[in-house]
Amino acid sequence: MDTKIMHLLTEQIIVLNIGLGQFARNMEEQGVEVVQVDWTPPAGGDKEMLELLDNLL
Amino acid sequence: MAFGFVIRKNQYYDSVFLMSVNRRISEVKGVQQTAVLMGSAANKKLLVDIGIQDPQIEAAQPNDLIVAAIAETKGIVEDVLGRLDEWLNGIQESAAPSRLASTFAEGLSIQPHANIAVISVPGEYAAREARIALEAGLHVFLFSDNVSIEDELELKQFAAQKGLLVMGPDCGTSLIGGVGLGFANVVRRGSIGAIGAAGTGLQEFTSQVHNAGFGISHAIGTGSRDLSDRIGGLTTFAALDALEADPKTQIIVLVSKPPAVSTLERLIKRIKTLRKPVIGCFLGVDSGYFTASSGLQFACTIDEAVRMAVAAAGGKPGPVQEDFTHQEQETLAQEMALRSPEQKYLRGILAGGTFCYQSQQILRSAGIRIRSNGPFEPKDGLEHPDRSIENTIVDMGDEYYMVGKPHPMIDGTMRKRRILLESQDPAMAVLYLDFILGYNASLDPVGELVDTIREAKHLSNQRGGSLSVVASICGTEADPQDLALQEKMLREAGVLVYHSNAMASLACCRLLGKG
Repeated sequence: MDTKIMHLLTEQIIVLNIGLGQFARNMEEQGVEVVQVDWTPPAGGDKEMLELLDNLL
Repeated sequence: MAFGFVIRKNQYYDSVFLMSVNRRISEVKGVQQTAVLMGSAANKKLLVDIGIQDPQIEAAQPNDLIVAAIAETKGIVEDVLGRLDEWLNGIQESAAPSRLASTFAEGLSIQPHANIAVISVPGEYAAREARIALEAGLHVFLFSDNVSIEDELELKQFAAQKGLLVMGPDCGTSLIGGVGLGFANVVRRGSIGAIGAAGTGLQEFTSQVHNAGFGISHAIGTGSRDLSDRIGGLTTFAALDALEADPKTQIIVLVSKPPAVSTLERLIKRIKTLRKPVIGCFLGVDSGYFTASSGLQFACTIDEAVRMAVAAAGGKPGPVQEDFTHQEQETLAQEMALRSPEQKYLRGILAGGTFCYQSQQILRSAGIRIRSNGPFEPKDGLEHPDRSIENTIVDMGDEYYMVGKPHPMIDGTMRKRRILLESQDPAMAVLYLDFILGYNASLDPVGELVDTIREAKHLSNQRGGSLSVVASICGTEADPQDLALQEKMLREAGVLVYHSNAMASLACCRLLGKG
């Protein structure tokens, strides 16, 4: 069975971490390649603005 | 009493980081209460609840940092807030992960071979981030809670179309190819694969398999609602397919709270066709539901699932404790003999939601009525989560306790308060606490609570009674927290320590004169 999920289970995981920085550090400690995305609430946390932007895109 | 606050516009930090800052500030002499949080609507309400109100705070946005302090003097407040950069930088120095990207797209350009997104942003934004990751072809581990079931369904359907896996939302733990995601224990690799809709249940299972000398191929968390009618087990079925095909997995174990009936029926049909042995631990489901032809070995408790899995993997019976030793039985009897006549009830103050559930199952089977904020049956629900009635077990990780607060697995403050509250009640005979080790959990969960445990015991002694304190530890010797030291600290404080939630629950039954 050659599926994307099988690839996840059988290959080395490589992570984009969006959120808690501590998660990234602990995965790095386990030898995982991690890129930490410096996340902030999109559109400054303005929900209406965010919806508008998402609809435009 | 004086109070003050500082707002830093457009300075965003994650909740675990802010908790560390809060803890450091609150340790300053003369400081009575502190709040270090982002300006979301829920957080601003928390400030109002502790009596901090100001038009500037009301105007703060989710990207703005708010630091508020209540202290004995104005001087202390000014000193604490004036040193804010010192607090923030002090923690940041040891905190930065080595590779940083300012956006998801930049992250992908740095690491184009990334295959999974680990998402732990506030729930209101989590579905959006997960969608972006799926669109980019990444699997998702979605730790965030407070994601609507509509969003969950949409994400999982979209993932299914793309052949991707969504673990979560509200997914506490997974082990993928030996790597722990979220709250995960350090366990060796082996031939036992696990799928779990119950976060701490999956941690308990994987830790115990390790402690029995065996190993885990993968442990796939699905999120707590995956086996509901609405979601229909989309992640569970995808995980079953994958573990069936995975050459490292020889045995498959499912751990979950009760699934919806229609989902369970479909699950049983699928299990019948699986070419590998399957063990099912569906807490709260009657074993009579499963016939011999269902193709599934049914385990009533997580301990039993471990025993079955270890046996299927070629292990001899014995490594997982089934009953109390003679010495343990004597200790339990001695504890009961010291009690005063008014001491009658159990109070369980738990960090693990699955533990809260499994404990209720075991105590109910022994004929003990248990009230809870996450009850087995609605009639046993507490009127208010903060007020125990007779025998009560509280899930301190419940949403009610989580608004703007860290999970009790990360920080013991909320449990400490609850233990002190319970210790005022002369009717409490047994206090039960769980301690969960592993990545991302508190580095010293016992150290956070041990003085409070001693105080609760002391209060009981002063009243002429004796409080029995029972603890279960979920973890392995390879976890970052030094399991042996954690256990030693508990024993030195006179706590009865067990290595599983099921055994600790059985000890509680004995201490209440049942079982």
